[in-house]
Amino acid sequence: MQNLAWVMLGCALGGMARLWVSNIVGHRLGEAFPWGTLVVNVTGAFVIGIIAAVAASGEGWFGEPTTWLFAGIGFLGSYTTVSAFSLQTLFLMQSGQRWQAAGNVALSLGLCLPAAALGLLAGTGLTAMG
Amino acid sequence: MIGGSARWLVSDLMLVGLGSGFPWGTLLVNVSGSFLIGFYAAFAGPGGRILAGPVQRHFIMTGVFGGYTTFSIFSLETIQLAEAGQFAAAGFNLTLSLITWVVAVWAGFILGRRSTTLVRR
Repeated sequence: MQNLAWVMLGCALGGMARLWVSNIVGHRLGEAFPWGTLVVNVTGAFVIGIIAAVAASGEGWFGEPTTWLFAGIGFLGSYTTVSAFSLQTLFLMQSGQRWQAAGNVALSLGLCLPAAALGLLAGTGLTAMG
Repeated sequence: MIGGSARWLVSDLMLVGLGSGFPWGTLLVNVSGSFLIGFYAAFAGPGGRILAGPVQRHFIMTGVFGGYTTFSIFSLETIQLAEAGQFAAAGFNLTLSLITWVVAVWAGFILGRRSTTLVRR
């Protein structure tokens, strides 16, 4: 039950952070292309890499299992989203913007996976230093 | 909060059921979330069977389904498979996820629209 509470708390904050960031990005870059979802997913993938690497070290506050439930599964899990990505890609395809739809897929995968890898590297570096 | 807790419960149950070798839990969560958001978008959108107000739509789509699915955990698990030398599993996860997400949202949308027109006749 306590584990669920940590996940829920992280989710609530992560969902709000997603809304906040994607709104800011949407206002700056326009709503024609889903930049907001892209920025949220790429930054979230980077940060979860860092947290996973630090959590794996098992040291300090970040090594606690509850920290991973709160920050990893809860906050970052909720901060990033696949459903919005899928729906926005579908809408781009339905409105005939095939290149934008393909670009959204390519950019999302092409940036999120390296971001997670970089995050893991950065996190491993951090634990080696600390 | 609701969506994210549901994600954790579903992927946890899958972990117990299928083991931790391949991230089936995250895949199931993302596929079902894509299907549901597609269905809801057609069903409760303009011209849909139920016209949900903007606040309700926002709550369901951004809050519940947005928090239920996750791109970060998908990315992390794919990279961790590759890091462990399981390149085939990583590539399989990547390809399977992408195809099933897009098919699921499309199928959900079609079904949502169809159930709308069925009622109207």
